[in-house]
Amino acid sequence: MTGFFAIVGRDLRLSLRHGADTLAALLFFVITAALFPLAIGPAPETLGRMAPGIVWVCALLAALLPLDRLFGADFEDGSLDQLLLSGQPAALVALAKAVSHWLTTGLPLMVAAGPVAGMLNLSADAIIVLLAGLLPGTALLSLFGATGAALVLGARRGGVLLPLLVLPLCAPVLIFGVAAVDAAASEQTYAAPLLLLSALLAAALPLCPLAAGAALRGAAE
Amino acid sequence: MLEVDKIVAVRGERVVFGPLSFRLAAGGALVLVGPNGSGKSTLLRILAGLGRIEAGMVAWGGADAMADRAGHGTRVAYLGHLDAVKPGLTATENLGANAALGLAAVGLGHLAHQPVRFFSAGQKRRLALARLAILNAPLWLLDEPTLGLDAASVARFGVMLAGHRAAGGLVIAATHLPLPLHDVAELRLA
Repeated sequence: MTGFFAIVGRDLRLSLRHGADTLAALLFFVITAALFPLAIGPAPETLGRMAPGIVWVCALLAALLPLDRLFGADFEDGSLDQLLLSGQPAALVALAKAVSHWLTTGLPLMVAAGPVAGMLNLSADAIIVLLAGLLPGTALLSLFGATGAALVLGARRGGVLLPLLVLPLCAPVLIFGVAAVDAAASEQTYAAPLLLLSALLAAALPLCPLAAGAALRGAAE
Repeated sequence: MLEVDKIVAVRGERVVFGPLSFRLAAGGALVLVGPNGSGKSTLLRILAGLGRIEAGMVAWGGADAMADRAGHGTRVAYLGHLDAVKPGLTATENLGANAALGLAAVGLGHLAHQPVRFFSAGQKRRLALARLAILNAPLWLLDEPTLGLDAASVARFGVMLAGHRAAGGLVIAATHLPLPLHDVAELRLA
């Protein structure tokens, strides 16, 4: 277990050192969300109705940005070999990487999502449900993303392949996440979509690291 | 201690080498020689549990080493031709626990808190060698370990190798350069 935290700690330290790379995903999220009022007009009712979808799609795309470096950097400089030889199962290495992706991308996105949703005229009650959905949602994006990143490792033009692989997997996350906020905004019960998101997370948490770990072993061969 | 029994390695559709068999006892050293592309690096990666064998068996202390590849990893200190160091971290941060011990072994103690992006190629190689001293693994697998090292660093590396073997460790190295090793067996890959 110390090895697990060593990997997470090392990744956090690296992302602090390369702060610009870490901030890039966050700024991408804020800027793309800010483009929507410019494109569809500033009418508050229209924006408020579209806000959940805008926040979720922008968060999804922003979470994709750092994925190709998640294992790519370690693969290119030989660190991945050392991680696989650290005595931990490859699945645990993959889980540590997914956790560090969430801490450096998912968590900052959640922090920014509140103000961005407010800017798009989403009501305070709905924002709370949005954040409650983003908590399992961003974790799922990190798990699916880490699996996709491990699968395309070593492939030519892997960075192009990665969104094609990960985005369809994320469709259910998007559907349930937006459904919860829509239900809250129209004052209906929103527990079911949030529970479904949590159920997805409960299934992905053990399965995605196993798949990603096997893909890492394959990439090293 | 390490027994390799009729292993065959395949890359793409091509047989790289094999069937290949050898044994290495505690304290033993084996140097792999052969032309480029003869499979020296492939063999080292297989012995580390990173590569895949098509047939045959690698045994450690009589048991199949590849049955538990994660567990086998703790027995192995692998030095590939990539240094596996992060330019953004300092030498100490790159090595993690017991960094001072490793840095002293390769004579980099004075650069402990320097970011590695300021290191020369030879210094990065020495930092990679420092990992061997820290890992405390019985089997050292070295791919061109002395590439880019100056004479003093090669001599220091010789001391590390001798100490490791005196403690019962095994060394398998692929190289085109003379290594500071005595009583070595040579395995020629065609």
